[in-house]
Amino acid sequence: MSHFSPTAAVSYFFNYFLMKGVLVTIGLTVAAVVGGLILGMGIALLRMSSNPVLAGAARFYIWFFRGTPLLIQLVVIYSGLPQLGIKFSVITCALVGLILNEAAYLAEIVRSGFMAVSAGQREAAWALSLSPWVTFRRVTLPQAFRLMIPPLGNSINSLLKATSLASVISVEELMRRSDMLMQEHFQILEVYAAATAYYLILTSVWDAVQRRLEKHFGRSSAAKTRRVAASAPVAQASVEARA
Amino acid sequence: MSERSMARAEGATVQPQLREVPAVRMEAVYKHYGDFTALNEVDLKVAKGEKIVVCGPSGSGKSTLIRCINHIEKHDEGLIYVNGVELDHQRKNIDAVRRDTGMVFQSFNLFPHMTVLENCTLAPMTANGLSEAEAKDLAMHFLTKVRIPDQAEKFPGQLSGGQQQRVAIARALCMRPKIMLFDEPTSALDPEMVKEVLETMKKLAEEGMTMLCVTHEMGFAREVADRIVFMNEGKVVEQAAPEEFFKHPKSERARTFLDQIIH
Ligand SMILES: Nc1ncnc2c1ncn2[C@@H]1O[C@H](COP(=O)(O)OP(=O)(O)OP(=O)(O)O)[C@@H](O)[C@H]1O
Ligand SMILES: [Mg+2]
Repeated sequence: MSHFSPTAAVSYFFNYFLMKGVLVTIGLTVAAVVGGLILGMGIALLRMSSNPVLAGAARFYIWFFRGTPLLIQLVVIYSGLPQLGIKFSVITCALVGLILNEAAYLAEIVRSGFMAVSAGQREAAWALSLSPWVTFRRVTLPQAFRLMIPPLGNSINSLLKATSLASVISVEELMRRSDMLMQEHFQILEVYAAATAYYLILTSVWDAVQRRLEKHFGRSSAAKTRRVAASAPVAQASVEARA
Repeated sequence: MSERSMARAEGATVQPQLREVPAVRMEAVYKHYGDFTALNEVDLKVAKGEKIVVCGPSGSGKSTLIRCINHIEKHDEGLIYVNGVELDHQRKNIDAVRRDTGMVFQSFNLFPHMTVLENCTLAPMTANGLSEAEAKDLAMHFLTKVRIPDQAEKFPGQLSGGQQQRVAIARALCMRPKIMLFDEPTSALDPEMVKEVLETMKKLAEEGMTMLCVTHEMGFAREVADRIVFMNEGKVVEQAAPEEFFKHPKSERARTFLDQIIH
């Protein structure tokens, strides 16, 4: 077998079995992002708390999950925990592992986003008698979020590819199903070419989404300035009406 | 003032009326940062309508002093009353005091992700319960007063420093404060923009606003201040009318300070 068959690669690309694996990959990623963000925000809050025990616990969590390979975490959850009588379905194991791991990274991203919002912003909010909730929701969060988007995007890109590790614990996502096809037909390059194409499509789509998000939340001015030009006379008129 | 803020002010601990309640009264106030004493037994009384300029060398505690007045810094010891409300670290009292005071910072601290108008309407809408239309009217009123109504839809980053500081003043005024606190409002500005901000402040002074202003603009102090408060090493070293202070500073420290800034 010393040749590469493009038609076979294309047919794997449109293989229904493989496509369902792609859906599982997407599902794992989305669930891990959502779960990781919720858990990560909680951990970031603990990490920023003034209580040394809570902050220490959060730091330990982050240190632990960022300091060990996701692969080990998944295997321990899948094969190790049953030894202690704790047993989950395969997909639950994968989700728990991915979420716990992703949360550690996202917690640091969330925290650094909030830390980068200057103290002066909070002070201005206090001086204006804004409630803690309004201060968070309208002043700190939007500014922190804008700073979080680029690292958040990178982390999600990594996560998308990291879901392939779930194949090791037999989750039938894109990687695992590629392996299964490969073992059935022995067309290694053709199968992996199709899988690679899917990963590239997914990461590229995410890149595009990320760029749009950055543009939306960074919408500093251009569009607004133009609108100003149009609406300035109106503002002026309303001022004159008052006078 | 909205009904809600009225209710809060009533709920606050109000001192028994002793003829005229001063706008600010500080008695033996201390503030420490670790071992460092930033405010050392500060006594200060500011009457309603009075304009105070606070000056002194860098690190003397000027910012700390005025930031304690609206509890952005917590004082450690002593008493602070603002319009008769004791700042005793209770939420409702802090809230009442913050509603009575507006603050302008050296670095403006406008919210960069909001337009000028949004900067001015956020607090009136969320903290005072004004409708959007009411808040906009109010904002345009004060933006007109600081002479930048035409910038209402712009973002702070699109304005000059002087314009940003005038927006910050308008934003504070939208909460209808009785006392305005300024912490070196012109120190971050290019020289040609200092004047427009000082003019705005003068106008406010003429309208009878009670003002505490940390500044090194001695021309402004001479013209506007009723009293100069000179600080050094966390203490109020000298208080005098501007004429008196500039001509006959009592302390050696004030003399050397004046020599340095008015070469
Ligand atoms: N958060 C803080 N932690 C520790 N020390 C502080 C803190 N804030 C202020 N200080 C110290 O307290 C002293 C008084 O500070 P403050 O900012 O009130 O001085 P200032 O008179 O406003 O000086 P400047 O003219 O430089 O603004 C300074 O020596 C400063 O280093
Ligand atoms: Mg200062």
